[in-house]
Amino acid sequence: MIEYNRFTLDNGLTVLVHEDTATPMAVVNVLYDVGARDEHPNKTGFAHLFEHLMFGGSINIADYDEPLQRAGGDNNAYTTNDLTNYYCQLPAQNIETAFWLESDRMLSLAFSEKSLSVQRKVVCEEFREHYINKPYGDVWKQMRQLAYTVHPYQWMTIGKELSHVENAHIDDVKHFFFKHYRPVNAILVVAGNVRTEDIKQLAEKWFGPIPMGDKYIRCLPQEPVQDLARRLTIEAAVPLDAFVKTWHMDARLNKGYYTADLITEILGGGASSRLYQSLVKEQKLFSNLDCYHFGSLDAGLLTIEGKLVKGVDINKAEQAIAEQIAQIQEQPVSIAELTKVKNKTESVIAFEDMSIMSRASSLAMYELMGDASLMNTELEKYQEINPQDIVDYSKQIFRESNSNTLHYLAK
Amino acid sequence: MLNRKIQPTITDAVSFDLKLRTCEQYQLDNKVPVYSMNAGTQDVLMIEWVFKAGNWFEQKNIVAGTTNFLLKNGTSTKTAYQINDHFEFYGAYLNRTCYNETASITLHCLSKHFNELLPVVAEIITDSIFPEEELITYQQNQKQKLSVNLKKCDFIANRLIDEYVYGFHHPYGKYTSTLDYDQLNRAELIEFFKRFYTEGHCTIFTAGKIPSNLQSQLNKYFGALPLQQRAIPHIQYNLQSAVEKKHQIINDENGVQGAIRIARPFPNKHHPDYQKTQILNNIFGGFFGSRLMSNIREDKGYTYGIHSYIQNHMGETAWMISTEAGRDVCEATISEVYKEMEILRNEVVDEDELSLVKNYMLGTVLGDLDGPFQLIARWKNYVLNNLDEQYFYNSVQLIKNTGAEELNVLAKKYLNPEEFYELTVI
Repeated sequence: MIEYNRFTLDNGLTVLVHEDTATPMAVVNVLYDVGARDEHPNKTGFAHLFEHLMFGGSINIADYDEPLQRAGGDNNAYTTNDLTNYYCQLPAQNIETAFWLESDRMLSLAFSEKSLSVQRKVVCEEFREHYINKPYGDVWKQMRQLAYTVHPYQWMTIGKELSHVENAHIDDVKHFFFKHYRPVNAILVVAGNVRTEDIKQLAEKWFGPIPMGDKYIRCLPQEPVQDLARRLTIEAAVPLDAFVKTWHMDARLNKGYYTADLITEILGGGASSRLYQSLVKEQKLFSNLDCYHFGSLDAGLLTIEGKLVKGVDINKAEQAIAEQIAQIQEQPVSIAELTKVKNKTESVIAFEDMSIMSRASSLAMYELMGDASLMNTELEKYQEINPQDIVDYSKQIFRESNSNTLHYLAK
Repeated sequence: MLNRKIQPTITDAVSFDLKLRTCEQYQLDNKVPVYSMNAGTQDVLMIEWVFKAGNWFEQKNIVAGTTNFLLKNGTSTKTAYQINDHFEFYGAYLNRTCYNETASITLHCLSKHFNELLPVVAEIITDSIFPEEELITYQQNQKQKLSVNLKKCDFIANRLIDEYVYGFHHPYGKYTSTLDYDQLNRAELIEFFKRFYTEGHCTIFTAGKIPSNLQSQLNKYFGALPLQQRAIPHIQYNLQSAVEKKHQIINDENGVQGAIRIARPFPNKHHPDYQKTQILNNIFGGFFGSRLMSNIREDKGYTYGIHSYIQNHMGETAWMISTEAGRDVCEATISEVYKEMEILRNEVVDEDELSLVKNYMLGTVLGDLDGPFQLIARWKNYVLNNLDEQYFYNSVQLIKNTGAEELNVLAKKYLNPEEFYELTVI
């Protein structure tokens, strides 16, 4: 049970405080309700580039990192398709420095041309390092374009192509900031050795004066139900054939999401999972095989992906996966197998909740989804799922017409 | 009126009274030492069995790593599937890792389940059989994995730079080829297993919310095993560093980035310069605000990241600079690295920068002392390196008291480009 207090400032900033006196540290986590899904199709990669620019100086403070480091703190940030999250950890007695820094960059950035031109290059190198200069680096670029026809999940957070990042202009930066980086679109979570009363005062003092801004109303094109299987074959300079297949699944808060999560565990969670045991160990068709999803807030993709043992025909490998899927659609899982994946889920949650940093970001994430208290009822939702749910949901999503198949072949 | 230009008052981390939480120690009946850190709020537990079974002790390449990897792949009463299913049923993770001197088995689980898991770990240590079929699958899949990794410039660079510094016949410098996997045989694994696990030297580390009966249960399952009885073989390896210092490799004609590694040999943790040099390293390339990051990423945008660090070895080690940079700016990146070395040799670091780095380092130490797993990791590092908590307090004192002049002496001693190996892999 993760406890917290919540209050809202007059400018609409939501603040959550999680007190933990066992640690000498404090975490300040600021989540902005904007991700790659909110980008224009011709300016992709911008939310992530923007995350870099948030460290390039704010209106009153030339450098974000240096004063934080001087206060014994450290920080980082990440951008997903759904959101952008900034966090710093520092000795609790120095927490006001984090308020000073975070509130100033919410007030306004410095909009430095130099920072923009350098970070464009840095992000292009990040793009090259992870997605161009690595074997199989463009698998998800291809798969997203195949699986999504209208929803902006059709591009990765790094962007569709380098040119979008290279062409980012300072006016884009300003526009994006004042549209999304306003108190009314943010959630502040403070965790660690702090008292709510003190945090209230600090929040009023530093964040209170920032203009509220307009609430960003998200209206994204929703992906229509897919009624025809899509297939793509690519040849590339890679050593092994790879197989990737996805099926559309439910959005984050739907019951189907939790069922899908358990299905990925049954099929691909660990060395005793069905796909690993059958296709890697017994049939020796794949040298590795994973089943997962990204936990995305809008309707996401359940994925099975693996590399084939050299010499194995990819159609034969695909057929073997189809047989495993037929089995989960037709035969209810045993209570023992269902208990196993629920036990694992319980364990994952307990380990995740160990650090205050992780507790803070989870609270922010659940608050974004509607209510931080969802964090404490998560396990119950998994416990409620029964064997018939697994069969029903498997039948619902594992339809060939709902699938996207990528054969990524060695040239 | 709120003045947003001025940083709120801070407490200098230099004034913190940092205390390392004591680790409880006891021995099992067979003299196996156990270190225990009872802390944390979640009902979770970590137990690590560390054996002197690293690649230091193998006669043939990858025997130690393979033995360690296949520990979960079958005993005389359980198949690989049954072993995995047992741990996964309880939501537990059983990992194994092979290092140079040591090799580990690590269990993470909810505290309430540990009793079901310990006997199977004991079975693995005493009764692994390394089925031929499992070995064949492992060989095939590892070779496939290697073939993918060999396409990556960073993977190639990491292997080669170690070879240049230590020599291919040193455990720190060798790496694995397809042929090494082909030449493995089951009998060697069984022999290595018996000598270095079943009859080997083991140290146990536990952390988390420790159940009150953990000690008695550990003793029940592990206290009667034939561990710690045979002497650890004394094996000496000599460094055979490369003669040629500068290397360039084209691994992929179409590569758009180069993996750059620049490294020099450096003494081990017991050397008087070791801890002080950590401060200099932080200034140089050890954190986000370092000079290498500020110059090469934040000013020039040549790379997504550049870091320097001292490798965490028990024996002799190396001071390493590592980055992936755009293909057309690799040379410029390397020359900037040397420029930063030159500045550190020629100019004494100013007080402002030094105090920032000290505060940052001590703040990081404070954060690292938070949580049972971080605490036991620190203790493990001390125990396995024959250090004690005095090392921690010395290190904190050194961070607080080392002056800029002393760092300049170290820079002059160690940051000389002609002593560095330099490698670019495209």
